[in-house]
Amino acid sequence: MLKRTPLYQTHRDMGAKMVDFGGWEMPLHYGSQIEEHHQVRRDAGMFDVSHMRVVDVEGAEARDFLRILLANNIDKLTLPGKALYSCLLHEDGGVLDDLIVYFLSEDWFRIVINAATAEKDIAWMLKQRDTRAPALKITPRPDLAMIAVQGPNARAKVWQALPGSQTSTQALVLFQAHVMPPWFFARTGYTGEDGFEIMLPAPDAAALWLALAAADVKPVGLGARDTLRLEAGMSLYGQDMDEATSPLEAGLAWTVDLQSPRDFIGKAALLANPPQRQLVGLLLEQGGVLRAHQVVHTALGDGEITSGSFSPTLNRSIALARVPLGIQTGATTEVEIRGKRLQAKVVKYPFVRHGKPCYSEI
Amino acid sequence: MNPPSDLKFTANHEWARAEADGSISCGITDRGQELLGDMVYVGAPETGLQVAANEACGVIESVKAASDLHAPLAGEVVAVNDELADVPEKINQAPYEAWIFRIKPNAGATLEHLLDAAGYQQMVDSE
Repeated sequence: MLKRTPLYQTHRDMGAKMVDFGGWEMPLHYGSQIEEHHQVRRDAGMFDVSHMRVVDVEGAEARDFLRILLANNIDKLTLPGKALYSCLLHEDGGVLDDLIVYFLSEDWFRIVINAATAEKDIAWMLKQRDTRAPALKITPRPDLAMIAVQGPNARAKVWQALPGSQTSTQALVLFQAHVMPPWFFARTGYTGEDGFEIMLPAPDAAALWLALAAADVKPVGLGARDTLRLEAGMSLYGQDMDEATSPLEAGLAWTVDLQSPRDFIGKAALLANPPQRQLVGLLLEQGGVLRAHQVVHTALGDGEITSGSFSPTLNRSIALARVPLGIQTGATTEVEIRGKRLQAKVVKYPFVRHGKPCYSEI
Repeated sequence: MNPPSDLKFTANHEWARAEADGSISCGITDRGQELLGDMVYVGAPETGLQVAANEACGVIESVKAASDLHAPLAGEVVAVNDELADVPEKINQAPYEAWIFRIKPNAGATLEHLLDAAGYQQMVDSE
């Protein structure tokens, strides 16, 4: 039996094509995935991300605990409400999950983890808590739904749908959240556009969804969510990295703090195993579509596409690929697609931000 | 959209239409485009290519997946719909107008073995 979010029936009513996504019955699209993609880049779209799991970490030892639990440095968070993207690492340096952590107060941090890894992550956190900070309270919040509203007009449309929210959320900077108990507004997302991620009690989710629809925010499925995040150069757990991958070989070195003297779980393994590979962007030079697991032939050996798709904004195919270290931006590679070798150029990603192409070929 | 009665169909959700000049136009059915989702690339076979019946001779790619194009019968590819290179979404919008390639059948090759509209509709309904 697949799990369903509080918006399941609403999706069906809106004509969604539902698919199994990591054990959850989720909307793939509501008609046209490409139209939904453009809708987010040009106006505003909403996503049901209630399958993701919110976890509250509460107690006086919260910051000390997260300092060792997370690969990114929690001490970067000094302004209340600010968020940090981080990997959760195994002792061997493999990536258990990637997550967002919000600093709400010194005794309350809120973490959002992926749906498919939620149970594993929570078990891991509890195990670490038991030995390192037994007094800390770690509370999964399946009682909360989450709706992401993304696009250049997303914030204005949220304020139109929820007039009471404007005063307290319009001053939020990027990657900052505001708590309006029991609701939570964060200026974060997974599309490369501005917008909010709104957490709220599950029974309120359908009413918010319909209020947003009345403000002309279009529903967007997981299909467009994937092409949007790929254009934005954002990693997808289980595809671009997993427990067998070092974050340093997954384009996530910028999220791993190896500079400060702080110790964290996985640090010793990362220092002992310098990266041999790197994650790069690929642009296909001709027609066709790059897909995950296709082989990439480079001058320094073979690599593999980790995420590939058609980019509706660029109107050509793009990919993230793990290739040998030393392959430079601008290099030409050959990707094996159905028995043929097609040329793809190595580029610096993100490919698209705020509606505009932004990749670099040098 | 009901499958047009003047076409023949394969189990791969492809259609074939006999043209006045004796060539056979080939495309993707409405159900086929629905299953694949938004089309983004059409890799039609090249003209002059000799194909066998049911041979994978090209590819179409949607945002979701790649899918083989099959020749409905043995013959030579004599035309390709170049318009689709720029507007592959035409397959989504008008699947029975968006022919992808045409085959000149080999001597003796027919469409007799394919499904008719009623048979194809029955197959779709039972999926």
